[in-house]
Amino acid sequence: MRSVSIIGVGCTKFGERWDSSLRDIVAEAGISAIEDSNVSGEEINALYVGNMSAGRFIEQEHIGSLIADYAGLARLHVPSTRVEAACASGGLALRQAVLAVASSYHDIVIAAGVEKMTDVSGGTAADALASAADREWECFFGATFPALYAMIARLHMRRYGTSREQLSMVAVKNHHHGCLNPISQYQMEITHEKIMKSPMVADPLHVFDCSPLTDGAAAVILAPTEVAKKYCDTPVKILGSGQASDTLALHDRRDITTLDATVSAAHTAFSQARIDPRQVDVAEVHDCFTIAEILAIEDLGFVEKGQGGKAVEEGMTSLNGRLPINTSGGLKACGHPVGATGIKQAYEIALQLRGEAKKRQVDDAEIGLAHNVGGSGGTALVHIFSR
Amino acid sequence: MTDNAPRFWRAIPQRYSLIGTHCSNCNEYYFPPRNICPNCRRSTQMEEHQFKGTGTVVSCTTIYSATEDFERQTPYHLAIIQLDEGPRMTGQVISGPPGVKIGMKVRPVFRILGKEGEKGIIYYGTKFAPLEE
Amino acid sequence: MASGIVSYGVYIPRYRIRLDEIARVWGDGNDVSDGLRVYEKSVPDMDEDAVTIAVEASRNAVHRAGIDPKRIGAIYAGSESHPYAVKPTGTIIGEALRTSPNFTAADLEFACKAGTAAIQACMGLVSSKLIDLGLAVGTDVSQGAPGDMIEYTAAAGGAAYVIGSSDLSAEIEAFQSFTTDTPDFWRREGMPYPEHGGRFTGEPAYFKHVTSAASGLLRRLDKVPEDYDYAVFHQPNGKFPARVARKLGFSKEQIEPGLVVPMIGNTYSGSCLLGLAATLDVAKPGDSIFVTSFGSGAGSDAFSIKVKDKIEEIRNGAPNVRDYISKAQYLDYAMYAKHKGKLRL
Repeated sequence: MRSVSIIGVGCTKFGERWDSSLRDIVAEAGISAIEDSNVSGEEINALYVGNMSAGRFIEQEHIGSLIADYAGLARLHVPSTRVEAACASGGLALRQAVLAVASSYHDIVIAAGVEKMTDVSGGTAADALASAADREWECFFGATFPALYAMIARLHMRRYGTSREQLSMVAVKNHHHGCLNPISQYQMEITHEKIMKSPMVADPLHVFDCSPLTDGAAAVILAPTEVAKKYCDTPVKILGSGQASDTLALHDRRDITTLDATVSAAHTAFSQARIDPRQVDVAEVHDCFTIAEILAIEDLGFVEKGQGGKAVEEGMTSLNGRLPINTSGGLKACGHPVGATGIKQAYEIALQLRGEAKKRQVDDAEIGLAHNVGGSGGTALVHIFSR
Repeated sequence: MTDNAPRFWRAIPQRYSLIGTHCSNCNEYYFPPRNICPNCRRSTQMEEHQFKGTGTVVSCTTIYSATEDFERQTPYHLAIIQLDEGPRMTGQVISGPPGVKIGMKVRPVFRILGKEGEKGIIYYGTKFAPLEE
Repeated sequence: MASGIVSYGVYIPRYRIRLDEIARVWGDGNDVSDGLRVYEKSVPDMDEDAVTIAVEASRNAVHRAGIDPKRIGAIYAGSESHPYAVKPTGTIIGEALRTSPNFTAADLEFACKAGTAAIQACMGLVSSKLIDLGLAVGTDVSQGAPGDMIEYTAAAGGAAYVIGSSDLSAEIEAFQSFTTDTPDFWRREGMPYPEHGGRFTGEPAYFKHVTSAASGLLRRLDKVPEDYDYAVFHQPNGKFPARVARKLGFSKEQIEPGLVVPMIGNTYSGSCLLGLAATLDVAKPGDSIFVTSFGSGAGSDAFSIKVKDKIEEIRNGAPNVRDYISKAQYLDYAMYAKHKGKLRL
């Protein structure tokens, strides 16, 4: 298996992009990445795109073909594959691209992610997102997606003493980071009071504990490390890739306060990369809800189980902390266009490792990690990158 | 025309009467029913099992903002319930003022789970209520 | 061949609204309760309807006496508020009880007496040995138009009776019905609320039919009211059953245990069946109970019932009427309107 590197990245502004269609934003991200990499259309061997639910959001399937077409690659008949793993669709697209290049089957591959969520009503969007959970046995019985994470939060708070304030600290931190990120959906600071004043969604989660509905797209271009320098001065190596599944329904998990899929995917990625969690300098983790970030830093091995809340409170995961988490603003502030998130995470880590993260740059970042979760933990993807 | 009639109908025994399965090879209980036992896989020996419906609340929340189908019912309580026989399921809990608490014992009740609008099918099924009530 | 009640089960939703609260909203003064002799009525939860009530009552009935549901050969559910105009409540009850598919079913409607008509139908099938056990259910989440007098008493509840020919907890010795075409109270197809004839619902309707069926049965059996320990009459309010009892010669004491309307209102198809259940909850082997239902449109079914020894064995097998009456949670008018779907959204 040969080494794979990122030679170019691109990402659209995340937010409510009323004037842009799915085709518009995916082209935007694609062109941006291609220009960043100096690759030519003829060199692209394959496309992998993560998209959760274009069928529900814009009544369009066959996204693989659509993306190849609107990226101008259809006439070159580039193989194009849409992958879906709910909110981990982007991370999965990245992994598929990595496998394609690592195996020598392809040389230059684009991994993209896109979601256009705002063309439908909030209710329809929420229902589409609910299909990341177990439709028959969770949603039909009245569960909403936030309710599942709310139940995780309740038990985590009861068992480990995680506090309501610590949950807020995740959102406050990520909003602060978002203010430093030009593509972030939200560019405003928030406070614990503001979070508590926002309407309750599912006890104990308020509106501001939840990631928003967002339109956005991102793309990264992968090449074998041995030729990466031909295209880019600062290629970012992918040291490890891990993927894991777990039960679809939250109630079937071994332990409701742990995402075993994250633990397993992280183990695979760290083993492959031959590093351990302490060596990670910066990470993008899956904070679909504030509690999810707390779980993530525990399950990825950055802190002991149950200590996630304390770590946030002590500033470990802030920009000037020992291990800055979600410098992009995370899903919470930067936004969560479902299929795009996993690729945006790779984009952010690449910028950090290249030293191009400007106001949110983590000094001397050498090793980065991206963590993407599907549903309430049915799928997890972990990728480790290095300078 | 209405959507989902076959999908709803197929799971009626599960929703109304908590019919699941039991693997007599490893003695584990499953709700909803599974064809393949995750422990035994090819050595699966599944038989039908009707769960009593009594259980304990593992975690819970109160939902204030729901999808369109459930909007009218908010706020309502949702819980992960561990059935006495072992498996866990997700269900609504009907409860008076004290509300739902982790560790609370519950029993099954027969209620409307949802409706397909004014003209469509009414989905009946099992919710839970505190055992002492 | 003798037939009767093998087991019974009831269900009353836990919410209540006080009549004073309804009167407050409509400006009807504070003697409505005393006038009707009803103080509060039951209100269904947002996720309850005539079917869910029927299922809970039926499950209680089957459970009370440890009945094997596969023996049930017929299910007749009577209601004025079946949620489907086409698709019977009876099939859902059967599925929820886990009966075998080998049963017949059809839904009944006869205003407040559909439940007793269901009992009669089951008795026929059971006595003729065409089936082993029959399930007769009376259930309603009755509606009254906001501001109409009916709103004060239209309540929710139901009862289920397993009818058989052996292991009887109470034998039904005989019945007599009296039925005429009388337009005292009706609801047209598609209309949300019923209409009624005001005072016309009294003498020419309720009293005429109840007294005709009751006296007809007493005459046929050559019995008098004093021969009975208890009596249950249809309870649209607290006054009518007391008045008709007096007219027929039954005493206040005889109807007392079965008079549930003051605390829960008129449960329509569940009314007489709940009154009978409340009486069975306290009756002793050897006691006799006289029951006469009334359904607008109009008709009455009168029954002469003899309690058997088996009643003591099954008594504590399921919650009784007073258990449900005592579990009360009060609502104000706004919440009540939301629960009853009176707010058009």
